[in-house]
Amino acid sequence: MNKNHTANPPNASNTPFLTIKDLWKAFGKFVALREISLEVFEGEFVCFLGPSGCGKTTLLRAIAGLDLQTSGEIEQGGNDISNLPPAERDFGIVFQSYALFPNLTIEKNIAFGLENTGKGKAEVSARVNELLELVGLPDQGKKYPAQLSGGQQQRIALARAIATEPGLLLLDEPLSALDAKVRVFLRHEIKELQRKLGVTTVMVTHDQEEGLSMADRIVVMNHGIIEQVGTPAEIYRDPQTLFVADFIGEMNQMAGKALSGSSVQVGQQKLSCPDHEFKNGSQVIVAVRPEDIVPHGKGARSQGAKDTIKTPGNAFEVIVSDMEFLGSFWRASLQSSKLGDARLIANLSINAVHRMSVEIGKTLKIEIPPERIKVFPPSQKVSQGSGLEDV
Amino acid sequence: MRAKSIVPGKRVKPKLGSDDWIMRGFIALIAIYLVIALAFPLYAMLSKAFSTYHYDLGQFEFQVSDQEGQFDGTILSARELNEKQQAYSQQELSTGSGGRLAVTNFFPDFSFRSTVLYKVRGIDDNAVFLVGSERKSGTVWQEVDSNKFRKVVLRPVKSTGLSNFSIYFSTPALVRSIKNSLLISAISTIITVSLAFWFAYSLNRSCMRFKGVFRLIAMAPILVPSLLPGIALVYLFGNQGMLKSVMMGESIYGPYGIVAGSVFFTFPHAMLIITTALAISDARLYEAAVSLRASPWRTFWTVTIPGARYGLISAAFVVFNLVITDFGLPKVIGGQFNMLAVDIYKQVIGQQNFEMGAVVSVVLLIPALFAFAIDRIVQRKQVALLSARSVVYEPKPNRGFDWLCFSYCALIAIFIVGILGVCQYAALIKFWPYDLSLSLKNYAFDLMDGGGWAAYRNSIKLASLTALFGTVVVFIGAYMVEKTQGFSVGRAGFQFLAMLPMAIPGMVLGLAYIFFFNNPNNPLNFIYGTMTILVLCTVTHFYTVSHLTAVTALKQMDNEFESVSSSLKQPFYKLFVRVSVPVCLPAILDISIYLFVNAMTTVSAVVFLYSSGTALASVAVLNMDDAGDVAPAAAMGMMIFYTNIIARTVHALVSRGVLKRTQSWRTR
Amino acid sequence: MTKTLSMKFAAALAISTAITGWVVTPTQAADLTVYTAVEAEDLARYAEEFNKDHPDININWVRDSTGIVTAKLLAEKDNPQADVVWGLAATSLLLMKSEGMLEPYAPNGVDKLDPKFVDKSSPPTWTGMDAWVASVCYNTVEAGKAGLTPPTSWQDLTKPEYAGHLIMPNPNSSGTGFLDVSSWLQMFGEDGGWTYMDALHANIARYTHSGSKPCKLAAAGEIPIGISFAFRGAKSKAAGAPLEIIVPSEGVGWDMEATAIIAGTGELDAAKTLVDWTITKKANAMYNTGYAVVAYPGVAKPVEHFPEGLLDAMIDNDFEFAANNRAAILKEWQSRYDSKSEPKS
Repeated sequence: MNKNHTANPPNASNTPFLTIKDLWKAFGKFVALREISLEVFEGEFVCFLGPSGCGKTTLLRAIAGLDLQTSGEIEQGGNDISNLPPAERDFGIVFQSYALFPNLTIEKNIAFGLENTGKGKAEVSARVNELLELVGLPDQGKKYPAQLSGGQQQRIALARAIATEPGLLLLDEPLSALDAKVRVFLRHEIKELQRKLGVTTVMVTHDQEEGLSMADRIVVMNHGIIEQVGTPAEIYRDPQTLFVADFIGEMNQMAGKALSGSSVQVGQQKLSCPDHEFKNGSQVIVAVRPEDIVPHGKGARSQGAKDTIKTPGNAFEVIVSDMEFLGSFWRASLQSSKLGDARLIANLSINAVHRMSVEIGKTLKIEIPPERIKVFPPSQKVSQGSGLEDV
Repeated sequence: MRAKSIVPGKRVKPKLGSDDWIMRGFIALIAIYLVIALAFPLYAMLSKAFSTYHYDLGQFEFQVSDQEGQFDGTILSARELNEKQQAYSQQELSTGSGGRLAVTNFFPDFSFRSTVLYKVRGIDDNAVFLVGSERKSGTVWQEVDSNKFRKVVLRPVKSTGLSNFSIYFSTPALVRSIKNSLLISAISTIITVSLAFWFAYSLNRSCMRFKGVFRLIAMAPILVPSLLPGIALVYLFGNQGMLKSVMMGESIYGPYGIVAGSVFFTFPHAMLIITTALAISDARLYEAAVSLRASPWRTFWTVTIPGARYGLISAAFVVFNLVITDFGLPKVIGGQFNMLAVDIYKQVIGQQNFEMGAVVSVVLLIPALFAFAIDRIVQRKQVALLSARSVVYEPKPNRGFDWLCFSYCALIAIFIVGILGVCQYAALIKFWPYDLSLSLKNYAFDLMDGGGWAAYRNSIKLASLTALFGTVVVFIGAYMVEKTQGFSVGRAGFQFLAMLPMAIPGMVLGLAYIFFFNNPNNPLNFIYGTMTILVLCTVTHFYTVSHLTAVTALKQMDNEFESVSSSLKQPFYKLFVRVSVPVCLPAILDISIYLFVNAMTTVSAVVFLYSSGTALASVAVLNMDDAGDVAPAAAMGMMIFYTNIIARTVHALVSRGVLKRTQSWRTR
Repeated sequence: MTKTLSMKFAAALAISTAITGWVVTPTQAADLTVYTAVEAEDLARYAEEFNKDHPDININWVRDSTGIVTAKLLAEKDNPQADVVWGLAATSLLLMKSEGMLEPYAPNGVDKLDPKFVDKSSPPTWTGMDAWVASVCYNTVEAGKAGLTPPTSWQDLTKPEYAGHLIMPNPNSSGTGFLDVSSWLQMFGEDGGWTYMDALHANIARYTHSGSKPCKLAAAGEIPIGISFAFRGAKSKAAGAPLEIIVPSEGVGWDMEATAIIAGTGELDAAKTLVDWTITKKANAMYNTGYAVVAYPGVAKPVEHFPEGLLDAMIDNDFEFAANNRAAILKEWQSRYDSKSEPKS
């Protein structure tokens, strides 16, 4: 397991703004977070991604001081904030439920944190208008929250959270309660705003698309541990664990065994792959993304393009057992006697399917590029089954 | 501690912010309130139940002269005399605080006409005896002649033990009350729940007219003291009753009267609970039943009843608890039929036997606690049902069925209105049954026992103060429990204390207050006999329901408000004042009207605590009835009723006004 | 010899304190908390009359029924709230006395009272005001309907014809009820008394909590015969009820309303002033409005509707017997009769 996730992120300065050191959280006998260490850099947009119950919200609430960790340290801006109450920390927070005060107008909601800060009425009012402008909702100040749509309410919640210009913005599943279209739109809006303000942001989400599209870096969590930290591309392209591979995007998983050097065997099919450290003959999981499976044959490439098999050893024939149209591509289920019981899912472009007249029952030649193959130990799957394993 | 083995590293100790300290302070303050207003008095009462009195015969010594009046100096110990004579058994030597033991039984040849002289003394200053009514203590010999010796009695000493309970359980008249109370409560429960079920069913499942009116009428009994129906029943079915023949020679004084009155005053409680239970049942189940061609009868038993079962069970135990702990009604109409709650009153007021009063209280606590516990468990299950998504059942018109429902509800409504109407009529009659002309002379309360018009004013004052302070204390307490972080042991303890009052019968609470607050060593002794103690007692008595109302309202509020507020570095009280209170205003108003109405009608808790300056209207009803001024009692009871109606109307208007003004956000 | 001397000295001391009290602070107002069981409608009059003579002493009444006032006083034994008791049953005051709660004090002019009305101790701890005499209230209309003949004696009431037509107060909660029971035990002897009550119990429809209620119920026709007290009967009769007040021929039990000072009062001087006044001829004349029998001999004028011959019928009541055997009597009574539903053993 990775214990130190300090890979340098893009788009951010090199001073860690938020440092989490060996943080644990237990609820009675249940360990919700174990050995969490993480650095977040100033201005960075970090996303905690994982299935529900993985501990991502618990970690966020520990950072906010809303639910104190059991042990471990948190530093923000060079200060130890490990045991401070929320009010003595420096953050703004937006919840899934928006948590707008229903009996206060939009203006008063936004102004809530600005009062008692020594600002004059006019100053507060000016700042409120500025924020309303910023979130794209001018002229809505006199309304009550219930009179706004969900997306508008969330923008107000955001405005309220950043009103006091906190050093850290925490977003707890901010878009989960919204419908799909608004969600996509707001994703963009929030990202834009974050960039404009340069505020260090931590967002919790279970939606991988959201994480991939918004974050500078993603922290993938599962069962209370950090599985992997990296940029969206790293996470997607180079998952370090089977869990990450499976959770982010889609992945074909086939039981196989490792062969010495840089190959593996699935059924009777030997496949070249990147170097691995598995012992010859040991059980492994061979994984490949559906979009990485390359079809070959007449019409596989657009006219003029050459259809060459780069690694002939990784090419073999399959039968199309099922096809599903998913709008922008076809999903084909592939079977091969060579692969034994394993089935493959491949994403085929509409054009290729059309040109090759792929249909159910047809035989097709495919190639799995060696560099796209991931090899994982089979035990990983088991180890993910329990959050309560002994350390 | 277990977690320590799971999690390595140094534990993070939270640094408490000023908000945390203030909130903890508030929790502590309200917890102290509950401890003082509840835990300590109950403890005082329990210890009273175990504080026993017995005659310590070893304390007393006698000398007997010869016929000429000469003493030979022989000293006889009372203990030895008793062992020799077997004058008193061990059980007879157990007594109450007022016990007096005749000494002549130690001397079998005693005759009051004899010339023999006697001397008596104690062996120390704790030994107390009476010569006639003169109290003597100490070791000085008191010489008396035979005639005077008749009047020498020994006084008991105080100790601790179970003997009060053994006296209690060996007194058939007292033990019978347990059976009576359980029986009456069970019968009343069955009748009330059945009647209320069909009423609620009619309201929920028919398309009859005047549903609103019926609902309103069904709620009316909540607005009067529980003993008022007793008075009406006397006018209806008493020996001079308007409908006496209905009784067919049976007396209304006794079980019939208690059950009839109990059904009246518990009806709204049962109706409310069952209505809620019926309202949440899922229409889809009925659609399924129809598609399966189930008969209405079958549907009723397989869908309706199971769906409402928690409501029915809960209603049953609430009614049971109300009946078994009620004191006013059996006092007014119980006749010779003893009930536990009345026994407490009789022991304390009639016999000044506080210890035995405490013992009966403990006995009464047991079924009350039991019923309360079951009700809580069932309520929790019902809440689980409530939160499940369901489709609301919409009744379809059905001429025959709707008419049946209407007739049934009309019958119940006539019963309720009839009871109240009889009270009002009785209050206006000059001298029932001999002079039926109308007069207001029964309203000349100042000429009667009970405290007069001042009692009525006191009641309004008590109700207002209870509503004001009770709401503040209850709401702040509920907020602190519901919205503070950490401090879980303290919050759990607080929650327990807040739930406890519902299980404590009013009589028991009132008696406990006497024991606790009337103790001269109690620094709070000064509130004894004041309005303060009445407010304290009433708030405590009705704490639980108010607390639950507040908690429910607070639970509906987003839990993250506090998080947002603290992230914005705003003190919690700002959030409390600007958001929590305004959002919960409807619930807050509900709590205050609940407290007001109950403070107007309560008798049981305050009957031991009022003083001449703080006589109350509800107690005046009791006392006037007790003194035989039944018509004025009815008049005062109706004054309470009208006052509560006005209060409710004002509450409704204020609620509407406040909602309009401050809750405009609720409407989109 | 020494005894009388010391007493004289004490009396002199008391008087001088009283005098100095008067002289030094003649206009200083005192507040007295006075516990009473006197009927509500008489209280205001009592205070008014008293204040005519002593405008500087303000009375705060704490009024309730005999049982409750007694319970209150006993409960407050260690922390008395009252300064004076004015108008509580002598049997109750005897209980206080045996608890050492009363201040012994011989009011000025106590020797003028009928000795029956003064505590036997010297100095006395309480002084009587008026007597409160048992009687039978008989509703002629309802009795006529039921075809009853008017009873003339206690023994008459055990006749089968009255079965279910009789109500009396429960001695466990009512002072009147207790004085009935105690008088029967005194008149008929212990065994005879209980035998009588066994027979009476068979005729009783029910026992009420308060002593005045049987008469009020009889007045309202709720029951033909109510065992209560004469004063109540006279009032109901005056109010127009068709009542006959019967004085049973064997004699009637009675209790008296009495006055006492609570030991340890902070207002001893004012308390003494009040108690002195309560035994004056004037005060007794005031009591006479409601009570035919008062402590001051020669004051009583006949009261309207009061039965004749009541004074002669009053038994020679042994209050000490009543007070000292109260607990035992009530216990016995309770075990015999305290549930109408259970047949007596």
